[in-house]
Amino acid sequence: MDDVRLRSRAPNARLWLAGGWLSLLLAAAILAPLIAPQDPLAQDLMFERLPPFWMQGSEPGFWLGTDSLGRDLLSRLIFGARIAFIVAFAAATAACLAGSTLGLVAGYFGGWADRIISRIVDVWMAFPPVLFAILLVAVLGTGLHSVIIAIAVIDWTRFCRVVRAEAMVQSRMDYVENARIAGFGRMGIMLREVLPNVLPSIVALLSLEMGIAVIVEAILSFVNLSISTDAPTWGGIIAEGRLSIHQAWWVLVFPLVTLFLTVLSFSQFGEGLKDRYDPVLR
Amino acid sequence: MILQRLLARLLTMLITLFGVAVVVFVVIRVAPGDPIAMMLPPGASDDDILRLRTLYGLDKTLVEQFFIWLGGVARGDFGTSISLRQDVLSLVLNRLPATLELAIFALLMALAIGVPLAVLGARERGTAVEAGIDVANGAALSIPDFLWGLVLILLFGVLVPVFEISGRVSPRLELPFATQFYLFESIFRLRFDLMKDLLSHMFMPALALALPLAAIVSQLLKQSLKEILDLDYAVLARVKGFSETQVILRDALKNAALPTLTLVGVQFTFLIGGTVIVERLFSYEGLGNMAIDAVINRDLPLIQGIVLVFALLFVLVNLAVDITYALLNPRLRHG
Repeated sequence: MDDVRLRSRAPNARLWLAGGWLSLLLAAAILAPLIAPQDPLAQDLMFERLPPFWMQGSEPGFWLGTDSLGRDLLSRLIFGARIAFIVAFAAATAACLAGSTLGLVAGYFGGWADRIISRIVDVWMAFPPVLFAILLVAVLGTGLHSVIIAIAVIDWTRFCRVVRAEAMVQSRMDYVENARIAGFGRMGIMLREVLPNVLPSIVALLSLEMGIAVIVEAILSFVNLSISTDAPTWGGIIAEGRLSIHQAWWVLVFPLVTLFLTVLSFSQFGEGLKDRYDPVLR
Repeated sequence: MILQRLLARLLTMLITLFGVAVVVFVVIRVAPGDPIAMMLPPGASDDDILRLRTLYGLDKTLVEQFFIWLGGVARGDFGTSISLRQDVLSLVLNRLPATLELAIFALLMALAIGVPLAVLGARERGTAVEAGIDVANGAALSIPDFLWGLVLILLFGVLVPVFEISGRVSPRLELPFATQFYLFESIFRLRFDLMKDLLSHMFMPALALALPLAAIVSQLLKQSLKEILDLDYAVLARVKGFSETQVILRDALKNAALPTLTLVGVQFTFLIGGTVIVERLFSYEGLGNMAIDAVINRDLPLIQGIVLVFALLFVLVNLAVDITYALLNPRLRHG
């Protein structure tokens, strides 16, 4: 009994904490032009490498300090959240739709469909993902859409593998057999019986994947392959911070903390949702 | 029977590698931008462009180009790097040891962190110690190597500067090495001064790669240990007077290792994949760092070569795990 109660209490706390941070960030991203204290692109060499507000030498209005070109760090982080969320939602949704569909088909129908899809997944898994992403973006040309396509093209396998395995287990269950005896078609059973039971895993993975997409975008902009060099991306800020680490630690620390919390929140949010809506645990 | 399985495994391995070769080739060929145009100075004549296209075989159809390239690869000829004007295979072989040393060192670190934590967690199961280990595992798992790398740079490169944050070895040192396996060679030659310098460079990138894997090892091994410790023979050993730690180390660990091993294999391939960005982060002169430069320079032959070598590493690791599993698993050994 105690064990069950612990289980249902802990996920709620992390669901709220993670959801809270993500909502805050999403609000900041949507309202960016209204709430950002400065223009994220405005350079001012008079104000280069200003420290955060509590340190000596800071200037009012530049809360988290500035980078080596005098651009306001807080404003860049807020505008960077826009790019992070666009990539997270678009890329993760695309990867989820493609991967879950293929996984469902492979796991439920089995046979040739399964063999072909599994073989493709094997090939995909033999690529180092970061290198694959960099290669795809280089081929497609830098830009937001290339980043989104690259992440979707690489990460659909995550959904495919999990959904395939779960669909396989579900399709051997009695209720699927009952539905067949009751006269439902295979397509109908797959969508109406198997899919809802696989859904909690898909939702958890989707949230996890959003965190991964944010990281991949940061990595791509870190190696200067995401969108234009000027654009305020978290990875771009980190790359800048890595260079001036001995002169201005804050340029690395703040985007790092933001990224840290965001990735952690996406994964905890997913896990929390899964525990909450998993029919077995519930 | 094991031989049959092995042959089947080798066949799927080849099919996977062939698939990787096809995908890389297709992806690279649809790239806009002419690699030849980039090699020539502006204002080169059409004749020059045509001559170079013929030289690199770019005037043939895609399918012809693919099989010419694949035939070369089979003979060990990966072509010539466009940006570095050197043989791709020798470039790759020159950098591969650095990446292998980093990956293996990271794997050992992951085991050195993960296994003791698993043993401790299983011994102290149900206590605050186990809960603490679970929380640490959760955090280590959800944060990827790229972020760990940055955190480590801040901690041990800037805040308490004890380790080197960039490069593989200090440039001022004279290197007496015959191979590119610097770390292994420094140990064999008993050059502990060089070993210390190499480790000081390797420590942080390896730890960044090791942390997520250490969490997986500790989590999974702890779970298996806990299940085994409830079994009859563990109870019997306890009755005979062995302490909990002795039961774990003498009996349980051996049996719990098998399920962990399979997963560590897959995760080790992820770790190898992670070297690409971690090497970049620490300016470590390995294969991954070279790969990113190759992509930025649109060096098609070099990219193809590196991706193929990575894919080969991945399938070899999987094969090694399968073989070890078959050898260690009594059910398969006698089947």
